[in-house]
Amino acid sequence: MIRFTRVRKEYPRTGTALNDVTFSIAKGEFVFLTGPSGAGKSSILKLIYMDELPTHGEVWVSGTRSTGVKRKEISLLRRKLGVVFQDFRLLEDRSIEANVAFALDVIGTPADKIRTKVSRLLTQVGLASKATNLPRELSGGEQQRVAIARALANDPFVLVADEPTGNLDDRATRGVFQLLREINTAGTAVIMATHNLDLVKRHDFRVLEVNRGQIVFDSADEKGRVPEITP
Amino acid sequence: MKLALREAMIGFRRAPMLSALSITTIAFSLFAFGLFSLVALNLREALRQVESRVEIRAFLADDASVESIADAMKVIGDYAEVARVEYVTQEQALERARTELKEFSDVFEAGFLPASVDVRLREGFRSPEQVADVAQRIRTFAFVDDVRFGAEWIQKLYTIRNVATAAGIILGLVFAGVAIIIISATIRMAVMARAREISIMRLVGATDGFIRQPFLIEGFVKGIMGGVLALGLTWFASLVISKYFVQTTFFETRFTLLGLLGGAVIGVLGSALSVGRQIRKVT
Ligand SMILES: Nc1ncnc2c1ncn2[C@@H]1O[C@H](COP(=O)(O)OP(=O)(O)OP(=O)(O)O)[C@@H](O)[C@H]1O
Ligand SMILES: [Mg+2]
Repeated sequence: MIRFTRVRKEYPRTGTALNDVTFSIAKGEFVFLTGPSGAGKSSILKLIYMDELPTHGEVWVSGTRSTGVKRKEISLLRRKLGVVFQDFRLLEDRSIEANVAFALDVIGTPADKIRTKVSRLLTQVGLASKATNLPRELSGGEQQRVAIARALANDPFVLVADEPTGNLDDRATRGVFQLLREINTAGTAVIMATHNLDLVKRHDFRVLEVNRGQIVFDSADEKGRVPEITP
Repeated sequence: MKLALREAMIGFRRAPMLSALSITTIAFSLFAFGLFSLVALNLREALRQVESRVEIRAFLADDASVESIADAMKVIGDYAEVARVEYVTQEQALERARTELKEFSDVFEAGFLPASVDVRLREGFRSPEQVADVAQRIRTFAFVDDVRFGAEWIQKLYTIRNVATAAGIILGLVFAGVAIIIISATIRMAVMARAREISIMRLVGATDGFIRQPFLIEGFVKGIMGGVLALGLTWFASLVISKYFVQTTFFETRFTLLGLLGGAVIGVLGSALSVGRQIRKVT
């Protein structure tokens, strides 16, 4: 479903961010992506939703190959995956439901379908009662739920989350994480970059640890071994 | 589509000054074009009237024989350019001069004016070059003393018309260029103002074509508005000219629609030229 083959990523000014990264993620998996700041976690996620393309090697995501990929193909790939960020990235000038509807609108979903879908998604993330509120009227945790609802709008096969709980307190973190687990249980793969080692330790999900642009640990390779995590 | 229209209106409200500037320059471009087209159009009307009266008059030598004149008239009448050939005797010439110049009717005497062959050309064969060409051929007949035709001032009218057309096109193009540059700048700002929305659109899988749409529609709307403004200005100008200078005719509806279309083309072109590059900067 997702496969990195000897991926190297160099940025124009900062040089090599990823080097010889190879791994694959199967359908429906839940994967933690860990590692110190600057290790290359966000870079790996960007390569998955093809915001960046590899300098060498190849990324393969659900039938789309990074080699020679066209802009249009990237747009179509994005309709099959959902992305959420630490900073939520909601549009401040419109309501919660408008934010979710926006994602459906810009890919040409018919209006009546948008309405039913949006209310279903808001119910799923537990925010049906705040549909008409503005983002700034919500707590951080609630805003992240809105972002997740938006990411789920196209029924993605994978949800890519870059430190989704990075801005949240423990309580909100638990809530959002619980939501991600539910989504995973329903069949959507989740790839979550995080600094929250407690969270990682407490759950028996696959862990990919990145350090200095390389995969230094993959729990799928060493079944049974306790992840050795650098603080 | 509805979304695109609404987004276009948002762009409008975000940069009202720049939007107004774009519309005004589009209007100026089309106004320059319209004004000089108006001059050209009216000169063409005038030319057509003048041209219809264009006559080549071949004055005949006194000793020209009636047979040779008749033969020559047949030959001239067969020229492709010629509509009508008419023989004017000395008496008729005198009569004509007397009626056309009443004040001097007394001073004209029989035999004062020579007999002539008057030639009228067909429509479409009345350009200065063609008139001169036919006159030149008529001159070759032995009994023709002299050939007259109003060449210089027709030439002058033609020159004025050509200058007006060229000036209109050049000024119009310059303003159109300026309008396109201003619109491009507006688009750059509009894209930056909406960078957040655009990056989210990208993230959820909107195509470049879709993201581009509202900007193109915005350009189209501005173009049409500029076109309407230009039309109003040109119409007003033609009223003023009619009132204080000479009676002028205004454009046919078809031509005014062409003007609006021109505005739309400038608007869309200005947007299209920069929007692709600008939205690629947003990730
Ligand atoms: N757009 C970019 N342009 C240039 N260099 C970049 C860019 N994005 C990331 N980098 C560089 O790539 C390296 C890895 O960055 P990345 O954002 O992937 O790290 P990270 O693991 O997500 O870190 P953090 O935990 O702090 O978010 C860093 O050295 C960074 O400077
Ligand atoms: Mg990061």
